[in-house]
Amino acid sequence: MNKISVQSEPFDLAAIQDALRCESPAIGAVVTFLGQMRDINEGEAVTTLTLEHYPGMTEKALQAILDEADQRWDLMGIQVVHRVGPLKPLDPIVLVAVASAHRGEAFQACEFIIDYLKTRAPFWKKEQTPEGERWVDARVADDRAEQRWRR
Amino acid sequence: MINLLYFARLREELDCADEALEYTPELGTVADLVAVLRARGGSWSEVFDEGETVMVAVNQEMGGIDSPLADGDEVAFFPPVTGG
Repeated sequence: MNKISVQSEPFDLAAIQDALRCESPAIGAVVTFLGQMRDINEGEAVTTLTLEHYPGMTEKALQAILDEADQRWDLMGIQVVHRVGPLKPLDPIVLVAVASAHRGEAFQACEFIIDYLKTRAPFWKKEQTPEGERWVDARVADDRAEQRWRR
Repeated sequence: MINLLYFARLREELDCADEALEYTPELGTVADLVAVLRARGGSWSEVFDEGETVMVAVNQEMGGIDSPLADGDEVAFFPPVTGG
């Protein structure tokens, strides 16, 4: 079963992973990606990160990404959790967990989902640094990562 | 009406989160809408300048400058996304 959650509350990676892996004894692999907040970006200290999103579209965009992953690979469940609001260094930001019978499909689908999320889901990061606030710029490397999956 | 939404840096630069714009048949595509917004001058002409990268979603789906518009549409403008 696929599940999407956009939330301000922290999440429990172990509990989510456990719920996913226990959905079916046919599952042989669970791959998880956890993105967490760093205390430095572009060479500057970052004290707080505030994540904004487009309620409504965010969930639809994530659902479209999961649907495409399901079309490309034989998967047995996906969980995506993305936090919004203020975050501190070491706070988990995003979790992508993918279950499949064998590891190859779960590894590929997990990387595909996070690559697409980074370029297609309407989230924006604003950093608070000792020098003031700044919006994070989109990264060319993220566009390249997404393009690898084009077909 | 067209319901307009602005997010992140755009919302701050325009000092506007949302607004309702009277729909007219002249608003055939996103390009026509952008031209109307740019003509407001000030920060509007800067944000919607030709050289700026602005993304658009029509009814919560990624769109483009050629996306058609209709009465009642929700149109959102925002900078390139930076989640994950």
